[in-house]
Amino acid sequence: MKSQESISKNSEEFLKGIWRENPVFVAVLGMCPALAVTNSAINGLAMGLATTFVLFFSSTLVSLFRSFIPKQVRITTFIVIIATFVTVVDMLLAAWVPDIHKELGAFIALIVVNCLILGRQEAFSSKNPVGYSMLDALGMSIGFTIALLSIGVIREILGNGSLFNIDLFGQNFEPWIIMILPPGGFLVLGFLLLCFNRVLNKKSS
Amino acid sequence: MATANNILPTQAPEPGSFRLIFSLGTAGFFSGLLLVVVFLYTSPLIEENQKKALQTAIFKVLPDCASFELFVKGPSGLERSISTDEKGVFAGYDKNGTFIGFAIPAEESGFQDIIKVLYGYDPESERIIGFEVLESKETPGLGDKIFKDEEFTEAFRSLVVQPIIEAVKKGKKSRENQVETITGATISSKAVINMLNNSLSEWESSIDGYLETNTEPTR
Repeated sequence: MKSQESISKNSEEFLKGIWRENPVFVAVLGMCPALAVTNSAINGLAMGLATTFVLFFSSTLVSLFRSFIPKQVRITTFIVIIATFVTVVDMLLAAWVPDIHKELGAFIALIVVNCLILGRQEAFSSKNPVGYSMLDALGMSIGFTIALLSIGVIREILGNGSLFNIDLFGQNFEPWIIMILPPGGFLVLGFLLLCFNRVLNKKSS
Repeated sequence: MATANNILPTQAPEPGSFRLIFSLGTAGFFSGLLLVVVFLYTSPLIEENQKKALQTAIFKVLPDCASFELFVKGPSGLERSISTDEKGVFAGYDKNGTFIGFAIPAEESGFQDIIKVLYGYDPESERIIGFEVLESKETPGLGDKIFKDEEFTEAFRSLVVQPIIEAVKKGKKSRENQVETITGATISSKAVINMLNNSLSEWESSIDGYLETNTEPTR
């Protein structure tokens, strides 16, 4: 009975970030990267994975040392930890995938100030055991990645007629340029928010 | 009193400043350690990538370029360099080995951080014939137009550099040595133009000197 309970608690902590508390579609956190780097599917995916890396390791560390970190300097310590992993991911991307690194540019460094990450440390990891914190971080970042990827997929198909740089429609397609420009980010995000909330509302009523 | 105690969370004793400094110091120490390890692993890979990017950029800024050589400033003017790590200019040649022009790296502080570019220079017609941004952290959506705005980069396909490259407002271009700055990114565009002027005046005399002594630098 007890193990069943812990399994359901585990899956609950993991799944809430993907659906019920999705950071982009429900909490509307981390809007800066969600709008700015999602002009193609691959950029959205790369940004999501980079954020996943940072959030997972920051949450694990913060949760491990949560009783050691004094309340007065907790935010500073969180930021030190987050900034470290952002720098690590910045250097790794530059070494492994220089093209994507160039494309994402300043937005990798800006993961430090993604309120999704600091928010999870303050609201969850600093109060919960390591296991739950890791599940929470994974769920939240998968939810974030899915959101960024879906915005990126829609914008790339409509604005460029391609998906992951593979041409979909051939010569006759007239790309909807505005979709890969900044206004397209707002349009697609707004549309997805509408759909998501409609589904959620229907479910609850 | 009792109810007040129940509502207020029990305050833990205030930790001393030593404890605060110690925990932040520990976090800083370990993050520094981690960064050093990752840096040691990635820096040779990143350098390799930058070299590759530089090579592709040379072929881009010098159209028809098939091979190139590095020249550095020596005591007696421009000299061929054997190593590829020195700071210098790249002489580009086409398929037949005829000299096309120089690809010159340049850098200058922009709005955020240092902007690094490579440009192609044809000393015969005294024109800039190509331009590529190698590294920039300019504001996304504004300053990054120095390499994303095609109207701006188009200006560097054929740009007269004498007597000096001038920055003018959009729509005010009247002479061949003028570049229209980008609306909303004036500082970044002016940084690029200043960088080109500075770099040209730095290399001009040695390039001229070299071309006089070697009428055609062929292989």
